[in-house]
Amino acid sequence: MTSLYDEVQAAPGEGVPTRRVTIKVNGEDRTVDVEPRLLLAHLLRQGLKLTGTHTGCDTTNCGACTILFEGRPIKSCTMLAVQADGHSIETVEGLASASELHPIQEGFKEEHGLHCGFCTPGMMLAAKALLDKNDNPTEDEVRWALSGNLCRCTGYQNIVKSVLWAAEKMRAESK
Amino acid sequence: MALDEIKIGGLGASRRRVEDNRFIRGKGNYVDDIVLSGMLHMEILRSPVAHARIKSIDVSKAYDIPGVRLVLTGEMMAARNLAWMPTLSYDTQAVLATDKVRFQGQEVAAVIADDPYIAKDACQAIVVEYEQLPVIVNPFQAMESGSEVIRDDKENQPGNKVFDWEIGDKAATDKAFAEADVISKMELHYPRSHPSPMETCGSIADFNRATGKLTVYMTSQAPHIVRAAVAMVAELPEHMIRIVSPDLGGGFGNKVPIYPGYVISILASILTERPVKWIEDKTGNLISTGFGRDVYLQGEMALRKDGKMLGMRMRTISDHGAFYADAQPSKFKIGLMHSTFACYDIPAAHLESVGYYTNKAPGGVAYRCSFRVTEAMFFQERMVHAAANDLGMDQAEFRRMNLVKDDMFPYRTAFGFLTDSGQYGKCLDIGMKAIGYDTYKAEQEEARKRGKLLGIGISTMTEPLGAGNSREYDILGIKMFDSAELRVHMSGKAILRTGAMNQGQGHQTTWAQIVAHELGIPADDVTVEEGDTDTAPFGMGTYASRSTPVAGAAVAMVARKIRAKARKIAAHLLEVSEEDIEWELGRFYVRSNKERGVTIQDCALAAYSNMPDGMEPGLENNAYYDPPNLTWPFAAYFVKVEVDAETGVWDVLKVVAVDDCGVRINPMVVEGQIMGGLTEAYAMASMQYQTYDDEGNCIGSNYMDYLLPTAWETPGFELHEVVTPCPHHPIGAKGVGECATVAGPAAFVNAVVDALGHLGVRNIDMPMMPNRVYEALTTGKDISGMPPVKMGD
Amino acid sequence: MYPSRFGYESPKTVEEAVAILDAHGGEAKVLAGGQSLVPMLKLRFAAPEMLVDINSIEGLRYHRVDADGTIRIGALCRHEDLEEDDAVAKAVPTIAAAAPLVADPIVRTRGTFVGSVCHADPQGDWAAAMTALGGHIVAQGPKGKRDIPMKDFVIGPFQNTLAFNEIAVEAVIPAPKGVRVGNYLKLERRVGDFATASVAVALDMVGDTVANAGIALAGVGGRTINANDAASGLIGKKLTAENISSVAAAVAAAAEPRTDHRGSADYKRQIVKTFVERILTGLANSSQKAA
Repeated sequence: MTSLYDEVQAAPGEGVPTRRVTIKVNGEDRTVDVEPRLLLAHLLRQGLKLTGTHTGCDTTNCGACTILFEGRPIKSCTMLAVQADGHSIETVEGLASASELHPIQEGFKEEHGLHCGFCTPGMMLAAKALLDKNDNPTEDEVRWALSGNLCRCTGYQNIVKSVLWAAEKMRAESK
Repeated sequence: MALDEIKIGGLGASRRRVEDNRFIRGKGNYVDDIVLSGMLHMEILRSPVAHARIKSIDVSKAYDIPGVRLVLTGEMMAARNLAWMPTLSYDTQAVLATDKVRFQGQEVAAVIADDPYIAKDACQAIVVEYEQLPVIVNPFQAMESGSEVIRDDKENQPGNKVFDWEIGDKAATDKAFAEADVISKMELHYPRSHPSPMETCGSIADFNRATGKLTVYMTSQAPHIVRAAVAMVAELPEHMIRIVSPDLGGGFGNKVPIYPGYVISILASILTERPVKWIEDKTGNLISTGFGRDVYLQGEMALRKDGKMLGMRMRTISDHGAFYADAQPSKFKIGLMHSTFACYDIPAAHLESVGYYTNKAPGGVAYRCSFRVTEAMFFQERMVHAAANDLGMDQAEFRRMNLVKDDMFPYRTAFGFLTDSGQYGKCLDIGMKAIGYDTYKAEQEEARKRGKLLGIGISTMTEPLGAGNSREYDILGIKMFDSAELRVHMSGKAILRTGAMNQGQGHQTTWAQIVAHELGIPADDVTVEEGDTDTAPFGMGTYASRSTPVAGAAVAMVARKIRAKARKIAAHLLEVSEEDIEWELGRFYVRSNKERGVTIQDCALAAYSNMPDGMEPGLENNAYYDPPNLTWPFAAYFVKVEVDAETGVWDVLKVVAVDDCGVRINPMVVEGQIMGGLTEAYAMASMQYQTYDDEGNCIGSNYMDYLLPTAWETPGFELHEVVTPCPHHPIGAKGVGECATVAGPAAFVNAVVDALGHLGVRNIDMPMMPNRVYEALTTGKDISGMPPVKMGD
Repeated sequence: MYPSRFGYESPKTVEEAVAILDAHGGEAKVLAGGQSLVPMLKLRFAAPEMLVDINSIEGLRYHRVDADGTIRIGALCRHEDLEEDDAVAKAVPTIAAAAPLVADPIVRTRGTFVGSVCHADPQGDWAAAMTALGGHIVAQGPKGKRDIPMKDFVIGPFQNTLAFNEIAVEAVIPAPKGVRVGNYLKLERRVGDFATASVAVALDMVGDTVANAGIALAGVGGRTINANDAASGLIGKKLTAENISSVAAAVAAAAEPRTDHRGSADYKRQIVKTFVERILTGLANSSQKAA
C-alpha cells in the first residue's frame, strides 16, 4: 500500500487507480506511478525525495511550496502530480550547480534573507521568476512579486535586499 | 600578534550564517524531511464542536480501509494511563478525549496508516456521537455563577476559575492614588494571537522493543524538558529516551509545550513497533496549539499634575482555554506581567490577576515574548499614552520625565525586579531625531487642514529577558539554568553543544563567535550542535529570549574554563610558571618577552600529545550557567502613520527602532531579529488575531482567515543602536529576540490613536482593521474588541 | 491537505471533455487553473468522483480583441496573461485594474479568468468585472455552444447556470459604444485576502458623455452584486460631482452587505460609496485631461 508516490519499481497497491507520469525535474526525466489525488508538492517531497520544497499551509496562501513550472512560479501544493506529466519543473535543488550557487542563493546569504529557512526555497524561486522577467526591479516590484509568499521570521526587508543584491550581480554577470 | 577579532568571526562580526549553506540549497533537515525505514503516518481526528459529551466513537469503518494499521481513541489511551498528561503549569490536559471535548479542534482519535492520505480517509470514516453542552467563549461567561463547569474532570474545581493572584504593595498603591492630582485610566483587550511558525508541529516516534529505547524526532524548542515530561508520562527511564529536535521552521513559543500529537505518536510507535510520523496540518496547528495573549487589562495611574508618576495599579482577566497549559515559570501565575512599567520610576504598584477556563484552545505560550511581557508592556505604553494626553503633556517629554535615569541603576521596581543598566534618555533622543519629532506637531496640524490624519506613536520599554536565576525561575520544578559543552580537538578545531535550541536565531553562527572571542579559535573552526538530548548537555531550551543571556553566557564560561587549562599547558610548553603567562586573542605569551608564545592551537595539540605531568589529557569541559539576574534590554520605537478618513485604512509612513540590547555578538543577526519582531508587532496591530463565535468556532483557523502580512503590506524599518553592556553577563549581552514584538504593537496603536486624538478617541483595540478605525474616527468613540468588557471592581 | 480519492481524465478536446462530464452525470468537476478547486479538495470541502482536467486541450489559452472591438478570453487564459498587457489595458481598463488584485502573484500564474467567473465566489473579482462589463459566457455542451449573459450566469454564492455537462470555453466582453474607460478598487486587508468590498466600474464614453455604464460589486452580498441599474443613472450624462455622488449613493444602496469580522454592513456600504466616487472622479479627471 505505498501506491501514492513510490517510484515505478514498486508495485502499485491493489484497486488503487494510478497513472504513470514523466516529469522533467531540474533537467532530469523522472517517471513515477501516482494516484491522481497526490499533490505535486507531496510527490516532490516524499516520492522524489526533494525535500527542499516545503508545505506550510493547507490553503494555497503561504507559498513555501513554490516551484517553477515551465519557468513560471506555481504553488506545488495546488497542482496535482498528474498535471505535471510531460512538463518541466524546477525546484530549489536545481538552483545551484555542483560548484556554484545561484546569485539569488548568494544574495539570501549575504543579506541575511532567512532565519529558520522554511520559506526560503519558495521565496528564492518566486524571486527567480521575477528576475527572469525583470533584471532591474525596484524595491516595490520585489515586494509585489513576493507577496504570494509568507515569512514569519525576517520581516521581509532583508529578503527584499537579498533579491536586489542578486539582481545587481546578475546584471553585472550578463554584461 | 593578537588576532583581528572581526576577521576570525569574533564578537561584533556580522558573520554570514553557517546554517544558510544548507537552507539556501533546500538541504535543511526539518522533521517532515526525515524518513525512517518502515515508517507509518498518523493523522488526528479533531472535535468539530467546542463543548460536548462524547456519547460514542465507532472506529470500525476506519479499519475497513486498506492500509490502516491502528486507530487510537481516548479509551485506549486511558487503558494505558495515557489519556491525560501534565501541562507545564501543573494542570492536566487530555491527550485523546475520553469524557468530553472542551474546545473545537481537540484531539478525539488518531489513525496510523501506510500513508497520510489513507490516514485522512480513515479519520473521515470514524463516527463520533456528541451531545452538545453550553459553550463558554470568554472569561466573562466563565465567571458567571451557574455557568457550565468546563473542567468537571478535576476535583475541587467548583467553577471555571484557574487562579487568583496578586503582587505588589496594595496599601502603598492606594495611598499614592489618594494623593494623586490626576488619575488616568485605561481598559483594553489584547486579542488572542497565534505564533504560527511556517512549519507546524510534528514528530516521528521510533520505539525499538529490542533495545527498549525510544527516539523521538520532534519540533521542540526545549527538547530536554520534553524528555523529562515523556519520562514522567510514558514511565520510561530517561536514558531510554532520546529527543531530537532537528531544524525547526520557526517556533516563536509555539513549540515549547508538549502536545497530544507527540504523545499519541509515541504510543502508536510502541504499539505498532514501527516508526510513526505525525505532521500537523495548518488548521490543526492554528486551532489546537499554544496561543499568545487573550487578556483583558484594566488599570490606572496616579499622577502629580506636573507629570510625575506616583503609582499604578492593574487588573487582568485572562482566558486560558480549556486547559491551563501556559509555558511559564512555576512561581508566577500570569507570567511576568508584573514587569509592567519597569522602565519608569514609579514608587508604588499593585497587580491583581484572575484566570479562567473557556472552551477554547489551551496554551498561553510566550509568543515571541518573555512570559506575558508583551501584554504587560502593551498595556503600559497604551496607559502612558493616555496619561500624557490626560495631563496635556507631550508624549516624549512625559516619558522622559518618568523614565529611570542612567544614574539610578541598579533600580528596584515597585514589583521587585532589579533593572541594572540602560541609557533610556539617549535612546529616546535618537528616535525623536530620526522620526522628525520636532517638526511633527506643526506637520500634523497642517495635514489636518488638508483633511489628512497624521499620527506618531512612541513606545519605550525595558523587559526582563533571560530567565532565569534558579532562586525564582523553574518549570515543573526544574531550575532555569542553561549549559554548554566544548571539546577542542587536537588540531585546535572544536565542537560546541548547548542546551538551547535554535529555530532561526542563528546559534550555529553566533555561538561560534563567542568561542572565537574567548579563545581566538576562528569561528569557522567551531561546529555547533543542539537539540539531541543524547549528546547536548541538559538545558531548558530556547524561548523568552533566553538563549544569549543564559546559554550564550554558558558558552563564554566553558570557553574560559578551556582557556584556564590551556594556560597551564602554555606554561608547560613555554617552560615558565603560569603566573608569567599573558593572554591575547588566540595566544599565550611570556610576559617578559612577547615574541615567545604559543597559540591556542598549540595548546590543543599538546593537550593530547604533550601535557604536563599529572595533568588529565584532553581539552574539553562543560559549564552550567545560572544567571544572577535577568537581562534588561531597552527599546524606543517610533511609528508614523497616515489614516484615510473615508475608509479607515492606515498606512505606515515610517518606523524607527532604537534598541539597546547590550553588546551585539553578530549585528547582522541582531538586526534581523529586530526586523522580524517589528513585523509581528505590525501584524498584530493591523490584522493578525483569532476570535471565536458564540458556538466556539475558531475564526482564524487557516491563513485565509488568520492574516499574516506579506512583503507588500509590511513597512520598511530604520534601525538604530545604543550599547549599554549588561553588567552581569560574561560578554555584556542582553536578550533581544522579542523586544520588537513586545514594544512594537503599542507604537503602532499609539500612532493611529494619535492621528485620531483630536476626535476624542482614546483606544482602538487590536487589530486596528480599517473598519474599526473608521468607526472610531466617525463616532469619536473607543473601539473595544469583543466581547463587551466589564471588568468589575 | 490530503484530498479524497477521485478519478482523473485529461482529454485533448472540448468534445471529449464534455462527453466525460456527461457520462458522470454531475459527479465530475472541471479542473482548469485549480486555484480554488484544489484548495477545496485539500480541505475535503469538495470530493468529486471525477476530475476533468482541461489543461491538455490546445487552443484555450488566449485573449484577444476582435476587429469590431469584442474581447474574447479563452478558458485557459491565466490571470497573469491579463496583467501588464497594453492591449487589455487599452480595451478593458477595468480588467487591467483588477488583474493585479486577484489573489496573489503566484496564484495568478495558474488560476484562470473563466474559471474564476464560473467559481462565482461572492468575493470574486472577475465575476464582478464581467458583470460591470455586460459580458457573457460561452458554454459548450453535448448539443453545441450557447451564450449565457452574466446577469443570468451567476445566480448565487458559488452557483452558476452551467449544466453539469457544459464547459465554459470563453468569456466575451462586447465592443464598447464609444471609448471604454473603467477601474477596479478593492479593499483587502493584505494581498490574497478576500475582498471586504470591491467595486468594478466600466463606462463607454462618447466625448464627455456616458453612453453606457456598468457597475458591479464583490464582497458585499451573498453573490456578485449587479449594480448596473444604479449605474444606468449615468447614461446620457456627464461625470459631474453631482451625478457621481447620486450614482455612488444608488450603488451603495444596491449592495447587500452583512456584518461580519471584516466590518459592519454600514461600513461596507461606505466603502462601496467611497470607491464608486473615487473611481468616477478619477475617470472624470482623466477624461478632462485627455480633452
